[in-house]
Amino acid sequence: MFDYTFQWGQAMARLPRMLDGAVVTMQIAVLSMALGIALAILLTVLRLSGSRPLMAVATTWVEIARNTPALFQIYMAHFGVASFGLYLSPFASILVGITFNNAGYLTENFRGALKAIPDTQSRAGRSLGMSQIQAFRYIVMPQMLRISFLPMTNQMVWAILMTSLGVTVGMNSDLYGVTQDLNALTFRTFELFAIAAVIFYVITKTITLGGRLIASRLFRY
Amino acid sequence: MIDIQNVRKSFGDLEVLKGIDLTVERGEVVTVIGGSGSGKSTLLTCINGLEPINGGKITIDGTEVHARSTDLNKLRTKVGIVFQQFNAFPHLTVMENVTLAPRKVLGMGRAEAEAIAEKQLRHVGLADKLSTYPSRLSGGQQQRMAIARALAMSPGYMLFDEVTSALDPQLVGEVLETLKMLAEEGMTMILVTHEMSFARDVSDRVAFFHKGVMAEIGAPDQLFGAPRHPETQAFLSKVR
Repeated sequence: MFDYTFQWGQAMARLPRMLDGAVVTMQIAVLSMALGIALAILLTVLRLSGSRPLMAVATTWVEIARNTPALFQIYMAHFGVASFGLYLSPFASILVGITFNNAGYLTENFRGALKAIPDTQSRAGRSLGMSQIQAFRYIVMPQMLRISFLPMTNQMVWAILMTSLGVTVGMNSDLYGVTQDLNALTFRTFELFAIAAVIFYVITKTITLGGRLIASRLFRY
Repeated sequence: MIDIQNVRKSFGDLEVLKGIDLTVERGEVVTVIGGSGSGKSTLLTCINGLEPINGGKITIDGTEVHARSTDLNKLRTKVGIVFQQFNAFPHLTVMENVTLAPRKVLGMGRAEAEAIAEKQLRHVGLADKLSTYPSRLSGGQQQRMAIARALAMSPGYMLFDEVTSALDPQLVGEVLETLKMLAEEGMTMILVTHEMSFARDVSDRVAFFHKGVMAEIGAPDQLFGAPRHPETQAFLSKVR
C-alpha cells in the first residue's frame, strides 16, 4: 500500500531553481506591500475626508478586499479585466491582486491605529499653524504607521503566502509556480512541495522575527 | 491687540459664551478665573479659531478671526496656545517637537529652526533634554516643552488654558515660574487658571467668568481684595 520511495536527491538537485523562484515570490510580496501601504494611506485619507463619495470608494474597497477570497481578487485582476480587453501579464495580475488585498486589510489596520491617537494631537498641530494635511502628514501618520507596524508584518506574511495563488493565472516563475513545473517534470511531488514548504516557512518566520526586532529598535519612545 | 466683541458660542443647545466683551492690549497679562463650565477655556479656543463662534467677532491686530477670508493657519502662527494636556508629539524628540512647526509652517531651514528651538528650550530650562523623547519627561517638563514649542513660532500672543491643571502638585511651581518669566518679559498673554495667588501675582487684569458671562473684570488687588459681584465673592470664598 505504501510503496512510495523518497528520492530527495532528485528534488534537492532542483533547489537552486526553487530559490530563484523564492526571490520572485519575495519581489512580489515586497512590491505589493509597498504599493499596498501607499494605497492604504490614501484610502485612510479618503475615509477621513468627510466627503461621502470618497468615503464610499474607500469603504467599498475595504469591504471587497476583506470579504471575498484572495483567489477571486487575483482572478479578477487577470481574467476579469481581460473581459474588457485589458490584458495583464501573470506577474502584473498577481501583483495587482495582492496589492488590492493588502491595501484593504492595511486600511482597516490603520483605522484601528488611528483610534489610539487622541484628537488633541492633530489639534496641537493645527494650533501651531499647520494645515489639516500637514498635521496628518507629520503628526498623525507617523504614529499610525508605528502602531500598525506589527500588523503590517502579518500582512507581509500573507502576501508571501498569497503568491502561491499565482499559478491559477499562469504564473510560473515564483516559488510555487516553479515547484509545480518541476513536479510535472519529475513527479517527485512530496519531496518538491515539502522543500517549497520549508522555504516558505523560513521566509515568513524571518519576516515575523525580523519585524519584532525592528519594532523593538524603532519604538524607543 | 485682541478685541473680543459680544462673542457668543453654543455647543448644541448649550450656550457656553453669552456675549463676551474683552480687549487685551499689547504687553498686557489677563487671567481668567471661574468655575468649570463657565466658558473660560472655550473662549481661548475661539480666539485662535480652533472653534467657530455663533455671534459677535474677535479681531487680532485688525484681522477678524472668524471671517471667511482669514487664513487661520497663518493667524495661528501669531497666537500660540498651550493646553491642559501637554500634547507632546510622542514620536519626536524634544528638539523635533519644537522645530517641526517652524520648519514645516514657516519654512525655516533645519539649522535656523534648531537655533531658535535651543534658545527657547534653554529659556524654559530644558537645554539638557534636546534628544530625549517626551515619554521620558515629567509632566512639568512636557508642559514646559509645549510652551517652548509655541514660543518657537515667535507668536505675538500666548494663550494658556489651565496649563497646570493636569500636573502633580509638586510640578506646578516650575511651570508657573516659566509663565511668570514670560509675563515679566512683556509677552501678551491670556491665561485661564485655577492658581489664584499666581493670578494675583502676574496679572494686569483678572476676569471672573460665571455661566458664560464675564461677571467682573478688574485689577488683581481690586478683584481679589474687594470683589464687587456676589458670584465673584462666592467663588473666591470657596477656592481660598
